[in-house]
Amino acid sequence: MAERWGLPIVAWPRRLRPNYWDGIALPIVIGAIILAGWASQQMTMPYQVGQALPISLDPRALPGYGARTVLRMVAALVASLIFSLGYAAIAAKSKRAEKLLIPILDILQSVPILGFLSITVTGFIALFPGSLLGYECAAIFAIFTSQAWNMTFSLYQSFIGVPMDLREAARMYHLTPWQSFWRLEVPYAMPQLTWNMMMSVSGGWFFVVAAEAISVAGHDVKLPGIGSYIAVAIEQRNLAAVFYAILAMLVLILIYDQLLFRPLLAWSQKFKVEAIGGDEVEPPWFLVMLQKARLFALAEGAIDRLRMALSRARRALPPMPRMAPSSGRAMGAHGRWIDYLWNAALLALALYAAWQVVAFVRGEVTIHEFLHVLFLGFVTLIRVVVLIALAAIVWVPIGVWIGLRPNLAHRVQPIVQFLAAFPANLFFPVAVFLIVRFQLSVEIWVSPLMILGTQWYILFNVIGGTMALPTDYQYVAGNFGVTRWLWWRRLILPAIFPAFVTGAVTASGGSWNASIVSEVVRWGNTTLIATGIGAYIAQQTEAGDFPRLTLGVAVLCIYVLVLNRLLWRRLYLLAEERLRLD
Amino acid sequence: MADDGFLIAAERVSKTYQAPDHAGRLVLDHIDFALKEGEIVAILGKSGSGKSTFLRVLAGLTPASEGKIVYRGHPVTQPVRGIAMVFQTFALFPWLTVLGNVELGLEALGVPRAERRERALKAIDVIGLDGFESAYPKELSGGMRQRVGFARALVVNPDILLLDEPFSALDVLTAETLRGDLQDLWIDRRVPTKGIILVSHNIEEAVEMADRIIVFGSDPGCIRADIAVTLPRPRDWASASFRQIVDQVYGLLTTTPQGTIGRRARGDAGADPAVGIGYRLPNASIQQLTGLIEALCLPPYSGRADLPHIAESTQISDEDMFVLVEAMQVLGFASAAGGDIEATAAGRAFADADILHRKQLFAEHLVKSVPLVAHIRKVLDERPGHQAPEGRFVAELEDHLSEEEAQRVLETVINWGRYAELFAYDYDRGTLSLENP
Repeated sequence: MAERWGLPIVAWPRRLRPNYWDGIALPIVIGAIILAGWASQQMTMPYQVGQALPISLDPRALPGYGARTVLRMVAALVASLIFSLGYAAIAAKSKRAEKLLIPILDILQSVPILGFLSITVTGFIALFPGSLLGYECAAIFAIFTSQAWNMTFSLYQSFIGVPMDLREAARMYHLTPWQSFWRLEVPYAMPQLTWNMMMSVSGGWFFVVAAEAISVAGHDVKLPGIGSYIAVAIEQRNLAAVFYAILAMLVLILIYDQLLFRPLLAWSQKFKVEAIGGDEVEPPWFLVMLQKARLFALAEGAIDRLRMALSRARRALPPMPRMAPSSGRAMGAHGRWIDYLWNAALLALALYAAWQVVAFVRGEVTIHEFLHVLFLGFVTLIRVVVLIALAAIVWVPIGVWIGLRPNLAHRVQPIVQFLAAFPANLFFPVAVFLIVRFQLSVEIWVSPLMILGTQWYILFNVIGGTMALPTDYQYVAGNFGVTRWLWWRRLILPAIFPAFVTGAVTASGGSWNASIVSEVVRWGNTTLIATGIGAYIAQQTEAGDFPRLTLGVAVLCIYVLVLNRLLWRRLYLLAEERLRLD
Repeated sequence: MADDGFLIAAERVSKTYQAPDHAGRLVLDHIDFALKEGEIVAILGKSGSGKSTFLRVLAGLTPASEGKIVYRGHPVTQPVRGIAMVFQTFALFPWLTVLGNVELGLEALGVPRAERRERALKAIDVIGLDGFESAYPKELSGGMRQRVGFARALVVNPDILLLDEPFSALDVLTAETLRGDLQDLWIDRRVPTKGIILVSHNIEEAVEMADRIIVFGSDPGCIRADIAVTLPRPRDWASASFRQIVDQVYGLLTTTPQGTIGRRARGDAGADPAVGIGYRLPNASIQQLTGLIEALCLPPYSGRADLPHIAESTQISDEDMFVLVEAMQVLGFASAAGGDIEATAAGRAFADADILHRKQLFAEHLVKSVPLVAHIRKVLDERPGHQAPEGRFVAELEDHLSEEEAQRVLETVINWGRYAELFAYDYDRGTLSLENP
């Protein structure tokens, strides 16, 4: 090892001497370490069920709450990342595992985990008795479930899409599967993963607000955080406190965006395989600091050494299977039999699980109630479809208008991204306040809440789709006098269709999930309940009625899956097949 | 040292691709091959002749279904040290700098950092990339990227260098420069490499570089000829002896062993047409085909041309040329022999005709000479409503061809059929029909 320590890196070369950027970097790093330490210490406090956790509505308490909320987000993100890497790698490496893992993931994506929160809490409390950690874990788990699936899908897609020539080069130059995972597959997946991570975290803010105030078997537990702060503000009908919370969340998301995602997005550009110059973005200040501050160069050297050491240690372990989607792999009759057996086993497992669910629910629920729940699902379905249509009518023209003005669009895009990240549930009390104040119809006016947070995906994608339209097409349209309705019908609508579908799918999925928190809303003692499957699930959660809760969640899942299969997937295929610009 | 003075040898290597539901498709048929020390061998063949597959079998990237590869007395079943490969698409890791890409292979072998750096810098220097060490591949031009590809291969000091059409993604001048530089390194013995195998579809390139040219026949891939090239280096493209070899190879690649084009449909050997339903129709573009027939019938050729010559004057690549010549022969518009092509009476008539008449002539010849087209017409004629889903024809083709090939052949047939106005095709519904909108 002696010769390794003799390398120039320890000789304090010029590139490692401190500079100005270190002046900014050092306090930020130390501050972050102290904050993380404090917040995680708070997490493991001893705690007994029923003990009250006082939440102060004093705005000065908000930074502390904010820090703990952020820590939950970070924990969930790290957990999601680890989970995704493992799950996606297994799904991409084993054809047999893939058959099971990918459909499961598809279902998980559409399951409203919010409905299961109270069930998971019980499990986590049992894991850490007498400590707050169980509740923390349950909240983190809820955020995790809102983030992980989408990231896993993105990773899996990237893993199986690694170009054949790069794969062959990796093998030809003797990269071990482990090396090729970290040097080829993960970097290749990076740009898409970063993007999906950003989307996931946007969704996560919504869930962290919903998951901090948990009720288990009649006990309300409010984990200190912004979500609990707003829950208490709602109980006490304190409108000022609601606005403080909104403000605090604004600042938090801004910090997250500046410190994590802007740098990450800019940095991940370098992993793009076919990056063409031109859409280069101004590097965000935080990334510049990371790259320029000598402090981080030191850390980088250390990481590099750690990687080498790990890689060496890895050699001692059994080899990892290689990702090789070799289509022409000769599989003998033997292998085929194992395949049949495996498929049969999967089928048996699925039937057994379905049987168990039916048995669990059947004992409690009559066929009449089942039909009623189906009806409730239908009501929510109508809401979702109408809302998406309304959002399209509003946002498509606006999005096109913005997208045709690239300068404006570049300024608007980050704002829309920010709006998408903002947890819409913070605004619910305001809406309830207004509905009560003006005596509006609950059935109708609660509905917009469902799409409050997710409509931005439509706007966002429409802007993107319009910007991607080559200017030539617009010139052609102008040249031949294609205007007004014809211009929309023959040029713009087909051109933005694929982008619109992507946005609408995201918005629709988010709306289903949001129905659980938006069909029942409170303001102090006032509770507004709309007819719908979301309200049903929320009520059963509160009552702790697991069979009915299961029924509600299952029905909601079925609706989501059917809508996805019958509508969105078809539109998606249509967009893919016919309306792609290339 | 290797036994019998061979660096690497293939012994009766066959490769079958297993399709999930039907019998395998043979792409390489009992290939015997050996690379001697100090030799550059070029492998030429039409696209789809399995030459790239063969290179991958040699590299250990894909296993042989039968037979074996022997390198230094050991069988090759996976990539081995001592064999490096340069890819047509460069295959550089976009997130690594030039230096990072070149170091990658050394890093994987566990070479210590300092030595790694030193060797990589030396390879970068040798290949003429000095000054670009910290550049990312996307900052480089195609030629410079391929230099990185070569540096990455050479830095591991390979015995054998496998080149998979390394110059075909580059423009003519860049390719020439890079080829020249590589030959200089080889002749001056500045690289420790003992043998090079070059897969190419550019005949001149092969004649310039190789000591030996292996010509692959198609369907299934097999060795049709093994031609020694003993011209002194550096070789002059314009010299008579150079042209003679080019002509010879052109002749081999534009005819089949039987002298007729196409292959006998499997199963009905002895039946009269060499072109059956499962014939792998060359995907020639109508535009190029028309242009080539016109050029052939006009002066200076006036109906007869030297293939390399007309390829150069029409700026058609060798790869496209093979496809076009095969298509012209199948349709009966021209015949090729000994590296020359001659327009038939039908070909001349086609060249003289106006647009509408051309379509008629094309349609006549298409129905007459491509059984698949006649078959499609027959099905459409017989069916009520005169339409049929494309899927049924793909399924029929899949009895003879791989899934991909079947798709490609049907696409070509649809293209030709549309031009000839023999049938119409609805993309959205995926149906063929007789009606013409």
